Amino acid sequence: MVRERRDLYSLPDAPLASRCYSHSKVETDEEFDARWVTYFSKPDIDAWELKKGMNTLIGYDLVPEPKIVDSALRACRRLNDLASAIRILEAVKDKSGPHKDIYPYLIQELKPTLTELGISTPEELGMDKL
Amino acid sequence: MLHLGHVRCMFSRRVVVPLNSGLGTASHEVSDQLDMSQPIYSDRPDTPLPDRPWKDVLDATDKSLKQKEKGPWSALSKEEKIALYRLKFNHTYPEMKRPSQEWKTVIGGMFFVFGFTGLVVFWQGLYVYPPQPPTFGEDWQAKQVQRMLDMRINPIEGFSAKWDYEKKQWK
Repeated sequence: MVRERRDLYSLPDAPLASRCYSHSKVETDEEFDARWVTYFSKPDIDAWELKKGMNTLIGYDLVPEPKIVDSALRACRRLNDLASAIRILEAVKDKSGPHKDIYPYLIQELKPTLTELGISTPEELGMDKL
Repeated sequence: MLHLGHVRCMFSRRVVVPLNSGLGTASHEVSDQLDMSQPIYSDRPDTPLPDRPWKDVLDATDKSLKQKEKGPWSALSKEEKIALYRLKFNHTYPEMKRPSQEWKTVIGGMFFVFGFTGLVVFWQGLYVYPPQPPTFGEDWQAKQVQRMLDMRINPIEGFSAKWDYEKKQWK
């Protein structure tokens, strides 16, 4: 099936967005995660789609699962964009807010990918301090 | 993408905006003003990837670094990775979230206004208020109290109840 680039239905938050209507199906966490992993896994994802995806994802009231972040980091690799990869790590750390244990967990889960792709964390680059 | 932040709401009344507004500027401006119809850079925690990279115009070193970025990232040194970040972004998250000293100005301004208001009120008391009515005087007040006691104002639980009529003093 040929999918139009940037048609509204390729954005993960279109028809299946979770609403509080009692008559419609509520998306489970696994479905949400799968949708976003698929979104970032698009082989020919472009810079705009990465940007739109990340900005939308960060707008949600949640910290993305490691597998979603992993998918996004690999998208950055396909786009040859290291800066955005580091920015994504900063953004998910910021999303954790006062919960200081989320980010170390994320990094621990992402360690294999970070090593494989050669992404340094903001901490390793000294960019987590003022 | 109509993604106007709090700062930009002030500027969205017009399409163009003065360059010293603090927003990221592209070096291809011909006029003094920022073209709001072009993608804008912004450092916002809720928008990790802005519409535009911070540095649009790359010199030769930047361009060669960008070429190196196409290869394995483990081949990049820490400084090169930082340089790539700084090409694309202006502030890091800690930098954009750094606290400002604005609260000192606000509190200081508040106290200044209170002080000034105090002076105005004092001056008012001296120059604006009419003379006090005679009913405020010591003499008049004393006679007023005596009259109230004579009339037995509130003799059970209130005013006169507190006066000892035998000993002629307050209880």
